[in-house]
Amino acid sequence: MKRSLRPLAATAVIFVIAYAMSVLQFPNMLSTRVLGNFLTDNAFLGITAVGMTFVIISGGIDLSVGAVIGFTGVLIAVLVSWLGFHPLVAFVIALGVAGLFGAAMGFTIHYLQVPPFIVTLAGMFLARGGASIITQDSVPIRHEFYDTLGDLMIRLPEGGRLSFIGLLMIAVFLGGALLAHRTKFGSYVYALGGNPVSASLMGVPVAQTTVQIYMLSSMLAALAGIVFSLYTSAGYPLAAVGVELDAISAVVIGGTLLTGGYGFVLGTFVGVMLLGLVQTYIIFDGTLSSWWTKIVIGVLLFLFIVLQRIIFAASTPGEKSPEKA
Amino acid sequence: MKRLRLERLANPQLIALVSVLLLNWLLFPNFFNVTWQDGRFFGSFIDVLNRGAPVAILAVGMTGVIATKGVDLSVGAIMAVCGAVAATMVVSGYPAPLAVAAALSVGLLCGLWNGFLVAVLDIQPIVATLVLMVAGRGIAQLITEGSIVTFNDPALIFIGTGSFLGFPMAAVIAVVLMAAVTLLVRRTAIGLFVQAIGVNRAAASLAGIRSRMLLMLVYSLSGFCAAIAGVVVAADIRGADANNSGLWLELDAILAVVIGGTSLLGGKFSIPMAVVGALIIQAMNTGILVSGFPPEFNLVVKAGMIILILLIQSPYAALPFQRRAPLPSKAVSK
Repeated sequence: MKRSLRPLAATAVIFVIAYAMSVLQFPNMLSTRVLGNFLTDNAFLGITAVGMTFVIISGGIDLSVGAVIGFTGVLIAVLVSWLGFHPLVAFVIALGVAGLFGAAMGFTIHYLQVPPFIVTLAGMFLARGGASIITQDSVPIRHEFYDTLGDLMIRLPEGGRLSFIGLLMIAVFLGGALLAHRTKFGSYVYALGGNPVSASLMGVPVAQTTVQIYMLSSMLAALAGIVFSLYTSAGYPLAAVGVELDAISAVVIGGTLLTGGYGFVLGTFVGVMLLGLVQTYIIFDGTLSSWWTKIVIGVLLFLFIVLQRIIFAASTPGEKSPEKA
Repeated sequence: MKRLRLERLANPQLIALVSVLLLNWLLFPNFFNVTWQDGRFFGSFIDVLNRGAPVAILAVGMTGVIATKGVDLSVGAIMAVCGAVAATMVVSGYPAPLAVAAALSVGLLCGLWNGFLVAVLDIQPIVATLVLMVAGRGIAQLITEGSIVTFNDPALIFIGTGSFLGFPMAAVIAVVLMAAVTLLVRRTAIGLFVQAIGVNRAAASLAGIRSRMLLMLVYSLSGFCAAIAGVVVAADIRGADANNSGLWLELDAILAVVIGGTSLLGGKFSIPMAVVGALIIQAMNTGILVSGFPPEFNLVVKAGMIILILLIQSPYAALPFQRRAPLPSKAVSK
């Protein structure tokens, strides 16, 4: 096995062990119904986390994704319910707006040389504020197209359902993995995260790639917003508050290094599933309060970071030393 | 280090604060009206000082962390934990000073934990403090058992709502803390060491600076400041709300520090200016409220403010004013 795949393998093994232990305690957790709901319930988080993986591999961070999900939901709800647009048109508009938004952030990060943390923080305030200026209330979306999409699913034996949004998330993950590992853009992203100076010396179009990375992240967040609006049939300006932190946690648990240059899109998938498992377990248990979710996720995060440190220290002696000036 | 007093006053942060305050005054002519009632001052301007205090207190600790090229995302969650500790202890009959001391020690411990992750385990500050940010609110809810713990202890409430020489207690605490920490870092070599770590930790270590201990120190200080802010906020509302106490205040604190001219790339910091940054943010919030704009504009105005500051601080903004300016390189060191 390739050394570089070890953190990914560690995450996958831990997921399998955790899942097996949950199943031993609650045999019902193995049903296709639970597995199907796993995908449906975490679809918006998963799609967001794919974009976040690219941003983090490039050495950046995107705090605006939760706000973009909220803004997209409100925008679509207003376009469909108040202005009578067809949902598909509204989707295209939302993705376009998010693309411009992400491009503007990428542009600022590259040309003004401001840390991504601050730029995307401003983006977060802007998107969240913009959404609450449009409306303060939850706007319901009623359209037959939404019902059609909601009914679209593959029925599995034992009553499980693979919903449209669950399948969409899997498609985004597969597309993301191809984009990261099989395209020129993907290798540019890794190069940028490894070392921006040598990347630009090697001829990586740094400006273009940076803008594209943040466009990708914002557009995937908008897609997640579309999924979220399908999931809840409404647009609400305060929707998905804090999702950026869940997405970052999923990416880190999935084995991607926050220093950039190293990570896997499919690892993020395992990370999202692990977060979903924690939530499902706590629901199954019934006696644990919901705040245990947060504590467990915090502990998981800590364990994975330490694990990564140990694996890196053991597998690449001297090369990726923990020196971070 | 002797400079003209006037020159010192003419820095961008103070100019920004004065212009925001003037703008408030134009929109709401009674802004500077201060009345004396029940042995203390009242008025919109005093309100800015009072409401801005928690973020100002956080900003004092955050400045040190950011100066070492780090960031502390957990301060909001630490506020919730410490508020919860103080409130539950007072409710179960412990005297207020003991409860406050316990809360402050818990904050110090949280800070030490962050410092341990960053300095000893060498984890990037964003992830290291993310752990406590995610878990902290859960821990706070564990302490309060999911409810909002309310209390009536007069001594504890005084910290949040009392007054000293007519000024709100929260603001007094913030000013004293700012002065103490500023003296500590500027009158000793600590400030210089912290700056050295921010510029290049490896080089600082080679030069003989005990970077691990100093990193533990700055993160502990940040946790300690968060604990003070948590107690102040809990005392202000006479209750500990694990869900909402300090929610997103870490972002406001980081913003205040950045507005104050501290570079996120480390190496340059000013604690008093970070406090001024917190006041600018609060003056905008209060201004929007008193001038009758809907509070939803708050976030958009804040975003506009950040963008403006970024433009001013960007190396390109200085180009038209410089002759033969060196091309800004990717690795901005200043």
